[in-house]
Amino acid sequence: MPTQAEHTEYMYLRPTKKFPNVWCAGCGIGIVMGALIRAIDRIGLEKDDVALVSGIGCTGRMPVYMDFNTMHTTHGRALAFATGLKIARPTMKVITIMGDGDAIAIGGNHFIHAARRNIGITAIVVNNSIYGMTGGQYSPTTPIGAKAATAPYGNIEPPMPICELAKAAGATFVARSTVYHAVELDRFIEQAIRKNGFSLVEAVSYCPTTFGRMNKLGSTVDMMRQLKENSVSASAAEKLSPEERETKIVRGVVHDIEKPEYTQLYEELIQRVQAAQAPKPAQA
Amino acid sequence: MTVRLMQGNEAVGWGAIAAGCKFFAGYPITPSTEIAEMLSRELPKVGGKFIQMEDEIASLAACIGASVGGLKSLTATSGPGFSLMQEHIGYAAMTEIPVVIVDVQRLGPSTGQPTSASQGDVMQSRWGTHGDHPMIVLSPVSVRQSFDLTVKAFNFSEKYRTPVILLTDEVIGHMREKIELPDFDSVERVERIATDVPPEWYKPYGDSLSDVPPMANFGEGYRYHITALFHDVLGYPTTRLDEIDPWIERVHRKIERNLNDIILVEEDLSENDKTVVVTYGASARSARHAVKLARQRRTKVGMVTLLTLWPFAEDEISRVAKTAKRIIVPEMNLGQIALEVERVAGRNKVVRVNRANGEMVTPQMILEAIEDR
Repeated sequence: MPTQAEHTEYMYLRPTKKFPNVWCAGCGIGIVMGALIRAIDRIGLEKDDVALVSGIGCTGRMPVYMDFNTMHTTHGRALAFATGLKIARPTMKVITIMGDGDAIAIGGNHFIHAARRNIGITAIVVNNSIYGMTGGQYSPTTPIGAKAATAPYGNIEPPMPICELAKAAGATFVARSTVYHAVELDRFIEQAIRKNGFSLVEAVSYCPTTFGRMNKLGSTVDMMRQLKENSVSASAAEKLSPEERETKIVRGVVHDIEKPEYTQLYEELIQRVQAAQAPKPAQA
Repeated sequence: MTVRLMQGNEAVGWGAIAAGCKFFAGYPITPSTEIAEMLSRELPKVGGKFIQMEDEIASLAACIGASVGGLKSLTATSGPGFSLMQEHIGYAAMTEIPVVIVDVQRLGPSTGQPTSASQGDVMQSRWGTHGDHPMIVLSPVSVRQSFDLTVKAFNFSEKYRTPVILLTDEVIGHMREKIELPDFDSVERVERIATDVPPEWYKPYGDSLSDVPPMANFGEGYRYHITALFHDVLGYPTTRLDEIDPWIERVHRKIERNLNDIILVEEDLSENDKTVVVTYGASARSARHAVKLARQRRTKVGMVTLLTLWPFAEDEISRVAKTAKRIIVPEMNLGQIALEVERVAGRNKVVRVNRANGEMVTPQMILEAIEDR
């Protein structure tokens, strides 16, 4: 068995940051953090060339533990901060880490416009269907009928499909997996970071402390098992009837296309403008 | 030196370029939009970048992100957009990231009268964001000063690692004047203090003699954490009182110890002025004319023009208040900077001259106040 120091993850954790982390025992966010580190390690990125930008909430606390350029911003605005940073440093790998409420409710506008611009940012959305840090209020991904601190009689709002939203808005790589399928998550995040364009990975997670308790979903282990049993791969989903598919978390690469990336287009714009400005050689 | 006929808003854009601004993010709003239009055209020519964001919240966020990446950054807006930016003005103050915000004031509240002038955001510029924080706010009187104070705003922002607000108004922003612009290479540019220690020793919020810690840009080998939670010297979140208190004290001290540098006023005073007009922005233009007319009638009157609104010029105003019996404060609002003048000079000395309907305070209104003894 490898010692602690031999684990890949430890090479990327901040030596100066005091652990333990802020997350509840059994939380899925740590699995996404591990997957992110393994993906970065597999690509072989230099730590100096990676920036992690997060918003507010349980998921927003993830960057502080990792030894990269890290920025914990305001609720919902991680992508807007990341847009400025990516434009200032086009060669940097800028990765935003958001929760479902963070990315899709308060940050929904920035989410669709970052995707529309196809700016080279990777967005990781940890979707646990609830506002965890504030105590379990319903989010834009809470299922209909589920109970929450602000939906004591059951949620009546339909949830937002995050991947489909990103695809429709213009993202060039979109994938979904769960924290049970950690190996698959590594792979999707790796593919997303390698993509030259706006890429999104939705990591479906759970919240044992709020959502699970209020909806009587059992222990962390039970909730993990539900992710396994309630999800299907994209290929398996094709064999299901539309009604059956509706009840499942469909895992896989939802969308993968090539399109010009924003910061590259802007570099070309600068070159075009400056070339037009250059003094023309005198005519003979 | 080039002579040009231009708007105040255009002069802000040129001032930004002269100061070394390389990034603008904004959202269209009257009466500030000319600044965005001008920089969308000019920034690429100097290798800078322009982006029109989805709203004002995102605009200031992008500016802060670009500043962390090492680019001097500007955004420009007006009242309603300025309100949307308040959260991120606090973020920049908390994380000590240089950025310049222009608010071309229009008549409010709310949508109000977008094409009319006002000076209604004086208090918002100081106290609009939540929590205790220092703020530097500059306010130009002319087109040329729009250029100069934009350069100053960038320089203060970099020097003190703080957001700086340039508070202009619809009159100054849309007015055209013939001005001489200096050679941009001759303009004084201040750059943020870079760190000279190896990365493993770097403390992004550590002590420094000037109270302004050196700032490393992302991507230059100094990996660190930025958060708007209260943070320790390494930038990590803290709830310890012995780490929160020193932070609060230091960020206020870095401004308060440098008031001589930051507070800019123009004084036109003679000994024994019993009446002094204290004003700023577009109202200073009317005031100057009123003072001239009063002096032609041999009325003794002095004038102080505040170019720095915040921090407030307490020492300068209290010096004036020692000899003056009446201090006249014309403003295009119902009395905002007058509250500060009253705080320093005493309420019984201050005569307010206000107008908050989109029109300027006229020289006649100020003249009547001067001569009403």
